[in-house]
Amino acid sequence: MTMPTYIGMPSFPDAARRAVADPRLRANLAHATTTIRGRRADAVAELDDWPALREAGKQIKDHVLENLGHYLRVLEEKVTAAGGTVHWARDAAEANRVVADLVKATGETEVVKVKSMATQEIGLNEFLAGEGITAFETDLAELIVQLGDDRPSHILVPAIHRNRSDIRDIFLRAMDDAPEGLTDSPAALAEAARRHLRAKFLSAKVAVSGVNFAVADTGTLVVLESEGNGRMCLTLPETLISVVGVEKIVPSWRDLEVFLQLLPRSSTAERMNPYTSTWTGVHPGDGPRDFHLVLLDNGRTATLADEVGRQALRCIRCSACLNVCPVYQRAGGHAYGSPYPGPIGAILSPQIRGIGSDVDASLPYASSLCGACFDACPVAIDIPEVLVHLRARAVEKGPRHPLERAAMAAAGWTLRSPTRLALAQRGASASRRVARRGRIRRLPGPLSAWTETRDAPVPPPESFRAWWARTDGGRKETGR
Amino acid sequence: MSAREEILRRIERVTPTRPAAEVAASYDRIDRAYRRRHHDGNVLDLFAERVADYRATVLRVTPSGVPGTLAERLAARPGSYGVPSDLPPEWVAEAGAPLVRDPSVTALDGLAGAVTGCAAAIAETGTIILDHGTAQGPRALSLVPDYHLIVVRAEQIVPDVPDALARLDPLRPLTFVSGPSATSDIELSRVEGVHGPRTLEVLVVA
Ligand code: SF4
Repeated sequence: MTMPTYIGMPSFPDAARRAVADPRLRANLAHATTTIRGRRADAVAELDDWPALREAGKQIKDHVLENLGHYLRVLEEKVTAAGGTVHWARDAAEANRVVADLVKATGETEVVKVKSMATQEIGLNEFLAGEGITAFETDLAELIVQLGDDRPSHILVPAIHRNRSDIRDIFLRAMDDAPEGLTDSPAALAEAARRHLRAKFLSAKVAVSGVNFAVADTGTLVVLESEGNGRMCLTLPETLISVVGVEKIVPSWRDLEVFLQLLPRSSTAERMNPYTSTWTGVHPGDGPRDFHLVLLDNGRTATLADEVGRQALRCIRCSACLNVCPVYQRAGGHAYGSPYPGPIGAILSPQIRGIGSDVDASLPYASSLCGACFDACPVAIDIPEVLVHLRARAVEKGPRHPLERAAMAAAGWTLRSPTRLALAQRGASASRRVARRGRIRRLPGPLSAWTETRDAPVPPPESFRAWWARTDGGRKETGR
Repeated sequence: MSAREEILRRIERVTPTRPAAEVAASYDRIDRAYRRRHHDGNVLDLFAERVADYRATVLRVTPSGVPGTLAERLAARPGSYGVPSDLPPEWVAEAGAPLVRDPSVTALDGLAGAVTGCAAAIAETGTIILDHGTAQGPRALSLVPDYHLIVVRAEQIVPDVPDALARLDPLRPLTFVSGPSATSDIELSRVEGVHGPRTLEVLVVA
């Protein structure tokens, strides 16, 4: 399982404590997440069949996961028949190697990129840099993160922790062609980004993308976006390389009728996002002449092996669970120590990376189990259920892990719901049964490989206690 | 063992592959209780309203009104316009602006805008879909210039998302356009205009 944990990343409560103590960060996050929550509720309420769409989305994704081998073979066949080339990568290192070799084969040393969680997960940009290839992020938020020498903190809006004046400062500092007298109006900032990237788009020979969906029965790849940078990357270069997790498949073209309704409303609270591009192999006379699809495992098949945890693979990366999460809202995305922050990160990162670091061992505790994420999720991933399940698999010492209390306090949340409380208690007792010696128990079957070589220590309780004392158990944290 | 074999073997261990007929039967059991459409009533009105919600300009014209309206719109922005060579000639019959037919990609950045038709449109979401066939040109044409005018004929508009997907050929490259280029990346508020056309104008012909 290779997904690099960010170097020196403290465990969740340490990082969260720092974030909670940063009033500016908290204000930026609270402003952005509150705005989007209200608009999303309206966009969802507009469709009175939302529950039926959600159920269909869930069932389609489950069906794919149950028949993943079949659909991967069909996808491969269709993409190949349409003139694309399919590559397979067991892990991050293999995927990075494949992409770097493809870029080198073109003789180019620069690539343009459109936002892809998968390439962040495998650390592609860093790997390419080591091979003498420069990757230019073209998504506005990614550009802000890249120019600010920063890390993404949200799935959809990686620079959500930056407000408009932060962004102006970053542009003035790091963008060589930033206009003098740049203001912090969003339109002026967007204009600066447009001018900055235009020449890049027009001269780029190679693009690297992710995709939102891969349609098995037609071999069609689908990218949803807003700015048009996706269209630029998918259309103008001669070579296109798409890195795609194996779980991104939908069986049939018609299934998009479900996901093109669920995803835009759930993520950006729009009836439809400004641009969706689809392509099938190569289209003579229009767009790239070479198309490469890199199918990435990197821990996904191991996640598939866990019958409770596998539902995390249904995720369509809408980020609704982040925006409703009281812990995320206070702690920010960086505390999760992975490209996948928030509730989905808390269940996805430990599964695809293995519970091998402080941060991953602590992630299943980064929740108050309030259930808001489950309610918001457009494919009905029961995130609290998976969290409880992962706690049972992770380090446990006492009847209830101190981190769990820390998460609840950070959220300022009381467990008023009897159902959720029962769930939490069930999780705590299950954890007691599994982990007796403060070590991850050896897991049976194919999962044993995770635990054989990994001996996850208990995250140090000092940081939590210090935080607890300073804030009087979280009660002094304001902003609720 | 190749990566392909190993990944498929890992999957096989957990979820063994079933015969294609069984997979198909299981697919058919997926519960699709959602609506095929959300609105009865006038599709044109709904489409016009929803496109306008994205802060695109919507102009409703009769077939004979297309040349005049189009000429007016183009005259509002000086410069030359890119058009596909198979654009219906009557649409631009009155246009005073210089037209560049099938411009090369390198010429696109210097154009004031592009004029195209479309393949289908969705009333519910205010979405226009290009399949880059007749009257639409390749994808770059309607992407690089800062202004895009799309002529939508009434019979191309379907009520909702499922109808539109059923009409489209996935083997063609497709572009779904819902309003002008925008971003929500600054404080999660939609701002019009980043890399794609910052102005979108739609002529609805009925
Ligand atoms: S887990 Fe659900 S709510 Fe969260 S990002 Fe994924 S699909 Fe969206």
